[in-house]
This record gives sequence, C-alpha cells and structure tokens, in this order.
Amino acid sequence: MSENVIETEGLTKVFNKHLKAVDHVNFSVKQGEIFGFLGPNGAGKTTTINMLITILKPTEGKASVLGFDVAKQNVAVRNVIGVVPQEYTADEDLTGLENVLLCSDLYGIPRSVAKERAADLLKLVELTDFKDKRVETYSGGMRRRLELACGLINRPKVLFLDEPTLGLDVQTRTATWNYIRKLKKEYGMTLFMTTHYLEEADALCDRVAIIDHGKIIVVGTPEELKHSLGGDIITLNIKENSDVSDLIRSVEHVKDVKNEDGSYRIKAEYGEVTAPFIIEVLRRKGYTVTKLMLTEPTLNEVYLEYTGRSMRDTEESAEAFRAQRLTMRRARGG
Amino acid sequence: MNEYHAGRLHGIWALTKRELKKWLKEPIILFMAIIQPVLWMGLLGKAMNLNEMFSSSNLGNINVPNITLPGSALIPASSGIVTISGSALSSLFQNVFGNLGPSVMQNIFGVTDYFSYMAIGMISFIVMFTTMFSGMSIVWDRRLGFLNKVLSTPVSRGAIIFSKVLNAALRAMFQATIILILAVIFGLQVSSTFNVLNIFGIYAAVFLLCVGLSSVFLALALRSTKQETQMAIVNLINLPLMFASNTFYPISMMPWWIKSIAQVNPVSYLTDAVRQLTVLPLDASALMLDFTYLSIFAAVVSFIGIALSWRYLTK
Repeated sequence: MSENVIETEGLTKVFNKHLKAVDHVNFSVKQGEIFGFLGPNGAGKTTTINMLITILKPTEGKASVLGFDVAKQNVAVRNVIGVVPQEYTADEDLTGLENVLLCSDLYGIPRSVAKERAADLLKLVELTDFKDKRVETYSGGMRRRLELACGLINRPKVLFLDEPTLGLDVQTRTATWNYIRKLKKEYGMTLFMTTHYLEEADALCDRVAIIDHGKIIVVGTPEELKHSLGGDIITLNIKENSDVSDLIRSVEHVKDVKNEDGSYRIKAEYGEVTAPFIIEVLRRKGYTVTKLMLTEPTLNEVYLEYTGRSMRDTEESAEAFRAQRLTMRRARGG
Repeated sequence: MNEYHAGRLHGIWALTKRELKKWLKEPIILFMAIIQPVLWMGLLGKAMNLNEMFSSSNLGNINVPNITLPGSALIPASSGIVTISGSALSSLFQNVFGNLGPSVMQNIFGVTDYFSYMAIGMISFIVMFTTMFSGMSIVWDRRLGFLNKVLSTPVSRGAIIFSKVLNAALRAMFQATIILILAVIFGLQVSSTFNVLNIFGIYAAVFLLCVGLSSVFLALALRSTKQETQMAIVNLINLPLMFASNTFYPISMMPWWIKSIAQVNPVSYLTDAVRQLTVLPLDASALMLDFTYLSIFAAVVSFIGIALSWRYLTK
C-alpha cells in the first residue's frame, strides 16, 4: 500500500448526462493529515465526498481509499471509513446512546464491544450526561458531536467530514474544531473534510484544495497558498525625510517597495519574519521607524485570486439552505 | 478499522429495531392508526345495518289489503270467489321475508350480518395504510440524510429495503390483532370452522400482502424526494385499491369493470383469506387459491422492488 490514503485519478461525476458536478479531479491525501476541500456551494465538494464514501458511483476515472477501489471494492471501503455527513442524520426520536448503538449495529459490531466503544466515544464528545435524552432535545453543536461519535464507532482509518460546522455559531464552531483536532491526535487518523468557511480551512487543514465548478484549482498548505500570492504587505513610516526604498529592497524576501509620500508599502514573503529584519536594517543606518503594520493575505484573497470571485458571496445561500432545512424539521415535529 | 462483519440479518434487524422503537415511543401513532378502522367499523359496519334492512321487522307496518281471487287460481282449484284477509297475508309475508332476509345475506355476503363481513375488511384496510407509510418513511430517511449515512456503512442495500418491509409487516400484524379483538368485542361472529390455529393463518396472509404492498410503495418512493408527491401517489392508489375489492362489498355484485379490477386486486385475496379463516365456513380450495395468489404477488413484486431499489440506491 502506498503512503497515500486517498488517491484519485481523473475522478468525474456527470449527473443527467450533461451536468458535470466533478470534472477530472486528481489529488492524493497523505497518511495522518487533515485534507480540506474548499469551495462554494455547488462546487462539487459533496459529490466528491459521496464518491469517496461509495454512495455515488464515479462516471469516469478512479478513486481509492486505503488501496481499495471505491467502485469495485465498496464494501471494503465502507468498513474502514467513518462518515460525518452534512445533515444531522441522527434519529430524533431515539436517544443519543441508541443512535450510536444503531450505528454500531450497521457495522456488525457485537453488542458488548459496542457498548464499551459507545461509552468511550460519548465521553470523548462530552455527551455522556445526555446519552439517555432524545436527540430532538439536543442543540446543533450536540447533534454535530453525536454525528462525530457515530462516525467513529467502527474505529475508522479515514474520517470523512462534510461541512462539519455548517450552520453552527462561532463558539460552537471553534469547539467542534477542537474535537476534530483531538480526534486526529488521539486516533492518528486521516481526515478528509469539505468546507466553505475559509477560517475553518485555515485553522484546521494541513492541506487545502480549492475547488470550483467541479475542478481543483490549486492544492497546497494554507501557508503555501497565501504565500503564492506574493507575500504579505508591510506598511511602515520613518521619522527622517530621506528615501530608503533601495535600502529596504536589499533585505531578503522583500519583493517590492513603493514610497507613497513617506509611507512605504512593502510586499514581502514571510512578512512576520521579514518585518523585524527591515526594522533592524533601518536602525543600523540611523533611521527611526515610527509606525509599522503587517497585513497577511487570507484564504479569501487566495480564493479571489484563483477564481475571480469572493468566497463571501456564497455564504448567504448556505444560511438560506439551513433555514429551509430547519423549517422542514419543524414541520416534521409538528 | 472494523474487524467485524455485518451480517445480512444483523443489518435488517438493527434497522427494523430502529423503526419499531420509534413506533413504540409514540403510542399516539398506533392510536391514530387504529382509530380509523375502528371508526369505519362503528360507522359503516354498525350503522349501515344491512341485515336489519332485509329482516321481517321492517314489514310490520305494511297494511296488506284483503285480496279477492277467483277460486280457480287456487291449488287445488275451488269454485266461486275466494278472499284472503290482509292480516293473514301480512303475517305470511313476514314469515317469508324473515326466512328470505338471512338467506339473501348469506348468499351475497356469506355471513348473515354485515358487521362480521366488513370488520374483516378492516384488516386489509390496516395493511394498506401501514404499508403506505413504509413508503413515506424512506422519503423521510432520504430527506434527512439518514439514508445516505446508512448507505455509507457496510450494511447490505437489500437489508435497508427489507427492514422497511419487515417493519410494516410487524406493525400491520400487531394492529390486525387489535382490530380483530375489538371486532369480537363489538359482536363479530366467527364461523363454526374457526379454531385458534387459524390466527397463524391470518398472520401469514397479512405478512404476504405486507411484503407485496410495501415493496410497491417503497419502489414508488425510492426516487421521490418530496413527501407531498409520495402522499399524492399513495392516495391515488389506495382508494381504488380499497373500494375495487371485496373489503366492503362482495365482488359478485359489482359491474363488470370494477369486477375485473377486484379480481386481480391482491387486497381481495387477503380479505377473502382472512374471512375464510374467521367468519366464513372454511373452504379449503378457496383458501389455497388466496394463499397462492398472495404468495405469487409478494414474490414477484418484492423481487421487482428489490431490483429497483438496488438500482436507485447505487447511483
């Protein structure tokens, strides 16, 4: 087996013979990393994940998980993966514990083993106190954690998370990130996740693939992607009146300097390391730095650079989607 | 890594257990399912009192005039004019109708009281409505993402479908038991050939129709993502399925075009099988025909249903 846990080659999914949801996607996920698929709604993230977790058949191309072909050895794949879907799939009429045990039954785990694992997992996601309460009484964050527990019941080697924090508030989102980090650390597993939150991809993922219109546009670590834009922006002012552009340009990693009426706009790689060097160089020549500002590019700028669109534009529709789903859930309860 | 193997039966049972648990946790659902056939039994079975309509008591107020006949019309013929008093005639008619009524009922319905006839029809009613909801529940499972989650586990695709079928069958069998008990309390008269073992026969017949009908409804539901569509479809199917059968009226009295539907309608065969086992004097060859038809229907339709579900569940 290669060290790549997930590998795809020309992976394509066409719906209704003309809608290319995923278009010849190639990527690989290394053992033990958190790999993120970043893109707006409708970019093909969920379709990709659904092909990897064997609930959709690829129209073209190949994908393998831990060396098992997703199309031909789907049962083998299902046994080694865990899935945390985008929706809250836990049965609202059952308790948290009953839900986890139901998942364990679907993997054929004997009841005695399942009970032990369920207890451990519920403890891990801090739901032990609520395990005998019906899921309909759970909050969004609790439901998400329950989904995590269900996804882990078969001790998966790879965990797939589809939009793990969709619709959660900022605090719950941060808490969920912590659970995900804990999982990676405690179980040493590989995580594949999709998200359309830039902060999430930045905070959690070791490597990110930006996907748009079914195609992967760029793959790299969040740092690499940000640096690929040409670096950070350092803005500084000095007390003296002389032009120091050439002096600043001589510092390593500085790419471009512009003197805008005594305020210097410097484009530099690794801004946080380069800025102190610039100050040091200026000070040695007797100049005094009066003001300094460091702006790091975010993934939003990366996204903008590669797709020509801002990621933020797409977030509103996600909220609308979530609101619609809530309404439906209420309709069901009533 | 999952070192265990998910057996076929294990998966079916786990998913069936989920549905049964949900069901048991909401007694109101059971109540609502039962109340409707009970209302039908009371309002139609009791209020529409067919046997009373055919009975002699309705003739009590008829004033039959004296009748005058030529003596030659009598057997043996007598001479002159003969007069028969109205009171003698009316007691004569009462006597005739008193005997005629039950035998008309007997000829049309096979039993002398309509309630016993239609109460058994309510078992078919409960089967139809329970299986209809098994179709609805897979639409819900799809909408809420539960279906996708189950599909990502090693559980067999057939198990997903079969657990729904099994769940519908178990529910229907339980509800049929309640309906039968209530019917007996309300005055269902079992035939002389009834014995306790027949109850297993009833269960077997109910099970067969459940397998058949829930396969139909599940196959219809598989592609639908909206419960409204599914609701419209099942309502469209259920009404003719119920009335173009022997649930309420005997097939022999129907016009030819309803008769031809009723004769292929599997609901007719379940109703007849249960009637044979309860209120009718058992006709072994008719019962054999019922079971054969129900078995073939269940086998063919569930085969198609599972084949279709396999196709749609592995997109």
